[in-house]
Amino acid sequence: MRTGEALVMAVEALRVNRLRSALTMLGVIIGVLAVVILVAIGTGAKNAVEKEIAGLGSNIILVVPGQVGLGAAPTQSRLDLSDVAYVRRVVGDPSKVTVAVNSGEPVRVGRTEVFATLTGTDQYLPNVFDRPLRRGRGLSATDVDTRRRVAILGAEVAGKLFGDLDPIGRQVTIAGVRFRVIGVYETIGSTFGVARDQEVHVPVTTAQRLIGLPRVNGIAIGASGPDEIEPLQRRVVDALRARYPDEQFSAVTQTQLLGTIGTVLSMLTGVLAAIAGISLLVGGVGVSNIMLVGVRERTREIGLRKALGARQRDILGQFLIEAVLLTTIGGVVGILLGVGGALLIQALSPVPASITWWSIALAFGVSAAVGVFFGVAPARRAGRLDPVIALRAD
Amino acid sequence: MTVPVTAMPDDGATSAFEAVDLRRSYQLDGVSVEALRGVTLTIGQGEFVAVVGPSGSGKSTLMHLLGCLDRPTSGVLRVGGVDVATLDDTRLAELRNEAIGFVFQSFHLLARTSALDNVALPLVYRGVSRQERRARARAALEAVGLGHRMGHRPSQMSGGEQQRVAIARALVGDPRVVLADEPTGNLDTRNGEEVMGLLEHLNAERGVAVVLVTHDGEVAERARRQIHVRDGLVELDTGAPAADGEAR
Ligand SMILES: Nc1ncnc2c1ncn2[C@@H]1O[C@H](COP(=O)(O)OP(=O)(O)OP(=O)(O)O)[C@@H](O)[C@H]1O
Ligand SMILES: [Mg+2]
Repeated sequence: MRTGEALVMAVEALRVNRLRSALTMLGVIIGVLAVVILVAIGTGAKNAVEKEIAGLGSNIILVVPGQVGLGAAPTQSRLDLSDVAYVRRVVGDPSKVTVAVNSGEPVRVGRTEVFATLTGTDQYLPNVFDRPLRRGRGLSATDVDTRRRVAILGAEVAGKLFGDLDPIGRQVTIAGVRFRVIGVYETIGSTFGVARDQEVHVPVTTAQRLIGLPRVNGIAIGASGPDEIEPLQRRVVDALRARYPDEQFSAVTQTQLLGTIGTVLSMLTGVLAAIAGISLLVGGVGVSNIMLVGVRERTREIGLRKALGARQRDILGQFLIEAVLLTTIGGVVGILLGVGGALLIQALSPVPASITWWSIALAFGVSAAVGVFFGVAPARRAGRLDPVIALRAD
Repeated sequence: MTVPVTAMPDDGATSAFEAVDLRRSYQLDGVSVEALRGVTLTIGQGEFVAVVGPSGSGKSTLMHLLGCLDRPTSGVLRVGGVDVATLDDTRLAELRNEAIGFVFQSFHLLARTSALDNVALPLVYRGVSRQERRARARAALEAVGLGHRMGHRPSQMSGGEQQRVAIARALVGDPRVVLADEPTGNLDTRNGEEVMGLLEHLNAERGVAVVLVTHDGEVAERARRQIHVRDGLVELDTGAPAADGEAR
């Protein structure tokens, strides 16, 4: 028998039991739908995080005290401004190095108070990080050297404190100390859960006095190109180790962050897909079950076909094609719904979703494979039916 | 099947069927039940034979063996000169498709399929193109006087018409033998008469051997040869091979 004939027969058989076919497909549809949507969300999350990291700026090396890695305990910083100057000498170009001192502080204007991340930094910050200003100016060397009480507000802080008013030149009170606003940043979103629009930048010297500690939390270096990152990273770490033989220092780059986070998120996506895959498997069991019922119901038909000259493989092929047709139609419907669902989630919620061609191809391939796998047992049973017994059955 | 198979019976063979000490036993709850206990008979090309006997005597069992739907427990069966023991299941299916047509008491038509497609079904398994299948099925339906019922489904036809569709299906593949197990069993006298007429016509005009099982004495009388079966044995054969010449 030709495959085309078998296909026509299978379509006919599915059409005859429309409701049953549809319900059986539903199991596969839900499984495929879940796979497509969950993979889209996982991939979307990964893309979003990678974009965030890339959005920091390019070719950044972050130097922090202690060991960086999963499960490493946070280390008390012992770096201070003299170490920043030292790193500047090691790097060679002082303008490529900037610094951060962080502390959560209340910021108040009149009766309005918000909690912000106070970051002490210096005039070189824009050389290392992408941090466009919406209004006003950034920090100057004089601001840092003379410990001026000036502040640049993150977009959200500015919005909450001043609303539609222009904050430039106005006063804010940070931890009880008055500062003059000299600039407002553009909205840039968050990185690793750090809401960067909730930051307030002040000169590092001013921040240290306010906090009462002469430490810095981290040093950031902007390499001039991707090729320079690794040698520079090694040079800085070696230099710091030489200066403090008993201390640990780490320098992480975006590439390394991207790599680590990418791996974790890919694993997460894989786990999500696997969980969704289980429901696809359950759908497959449903197909198997219904096919077995179909074989039983059509015992006489099978007997007749055999009497008329159908070979075992003709009958087997007929039922196998039926099973594969069930799951692949279910797969296509599931893919369409899954893509639609992912787009809907993308449009209506903050959850990012990204549809990848491989997840669609995989979902289709897996649903066809599910049809073969779960169709084989019923199809073999049909193919092996004894025509005499089948014809006598009533 | 478009390529002729070497193991296929050739038309030059003298007999359609040749059974020697054919036995078929079933295992029922560990007990062996003998449905056929040593049947020896020869049915020639173009014969018209009625198999008669009481219920449970083994008539259907014999028909299933002759039709290659089943294999004997022991004994030799040659169909068109070919020992069926030498054929695997696939070859056996091809033999059924090429050489044998079946007519059943309960018609066994596909319920949701038109008369035309029911008749064309055996040709599907022979790999015949759709167009040719339809043409041959149409001719077969016209031959049984149902040219005006091609698009009807079984549920839209009388019992007699359904059995005529089944006969058209049995002859669409140009078989050498038609095996009919109580073809008139579910029909009234008039329709039974018509079906018998068709089978006789088939036998006379096309030289197709007909073996039919019947309970009806009148029907059996119309056959040139009667084989009486009782308790799995041939009790009486009016056209035994020894008397071959006269029986024809
Ligand atoms: N699959 C089976 N398993 C066990 N016994 C069987 C089986 N098929 C047939 N038999 C037995 O074989 C014997 C012959 O059965 P068969 O159907 O050939 O009789 P029959 O002559 O066609 O009867 P009827 O005129 O009622 O159709 C019976 O005793 C029956 O019970
Ligand atoms: Mg019987």
